[in-house]
Amino acid sequence: MRRLLSLFLFAFLFTLPALAMQQPPTPPDGFVPASSLPGQEQLPAAPLVIAAYSIVWLLVLGYLWSIRNRIARAEQELADISRRLAAGQRP
Amino acid sequence: MKKVFPALLIVTAALFAYAPLAIQRAPYESTMGLVQKIFYFHVPSWIAMFLAAVVCGIAGALVIFAGRKDADRVAQAAAELAVVFGLMGLITGPLWGRKAWGVWWQWDARLTSALVMWLVFVAYLLLRKYGGPGSEKLSAVLALFGMANVPFVYWSVNVWRTVHPKTSVVMTLQPSMGRPFLLCSLAFVGLFTILLAVRVRVENVRASIDELYLALED
Repeated sequence: MRRLLSLFLFAFLFTLPALAMQQPPTPPDGFVPASSLPGQEQLPAAPLVIAAYSIVWLLVLGYLWSIRNRIARAEQELADISRRLAAGQRP
Repeated sequence: MKKVFPALLIVTAALFAYAPLAIQRAPYESTMGLVQKIFYFHVPSWIAMFLAAVVCGIAGALVIFAGRKDADRVAQAAAELAVVFGLMGLITGPLWGRKAWGVWWQWDARLTSALVMWLVFVAYLLLRKYGGPGSEKLSAVLALFGMANVPFVYWSVNVWRTVHPKTSVVMTLQPSMGRPFLLCSLAFVGLFTILLAVRVRVENVRASIDELYLALED
């Protein structure tokens, strides 16, 4: 999970500047009816909205899963040490 | 906190359950249309990020000036949440901007300062992970810098020329848009509080483990 997160973080940090280098499209000389715009300009909003909400939920669920794993690991370690301490052993 | 936690969990879950309906019922914005609905999760995620930054900064100050170990655990938890909520804002923002501005990103004052603030908290976590013993105070200073960034990021849209909407947008929202925004904001603040409490618990268990190891050494 940690490796995946690190990979995601690095990918995000390295792709952001690349995406940022995109220049905004040059404005046309005159008015252009929306119907005659090229396909790329008629960007549908729904996939962007769905992507935004999905990513937020994925991040929340991923973080909850990561916390759950960390709690389970820490509590197991705590129980293990307590048991060893009670038995008078070194960990 | 133990008594409040279940109630907070139920209220937050109810708010998040109702949020899609409230967002769907909110009217379309006149110029941006459907894509503006990203606003209802984008801004609350930044509110939660700012809250995390402030909590982290205050806890960092307690570490520096009072040497409080419990505050260090809170600062660590809050820094992680600042990164998580900041990441939400940094991803949802470009998705909105691509449609509204025609580009994914602009290196203007608001977007750049927000990215820098997020990177400060990433640096905090990296310092805690790889800084070794004694990195608590150094990272606490970093937390203070992170908190100091909050007003700059917030006011940046009012001070500098930027493509980003100004802070007045939120204050002047019509009730039909303001209500779902308030609902989502409360849901995110609730989520932040719950995650902070759970994350601090992880740090408390880890601290207990460290104490037991020390007891064994003695």
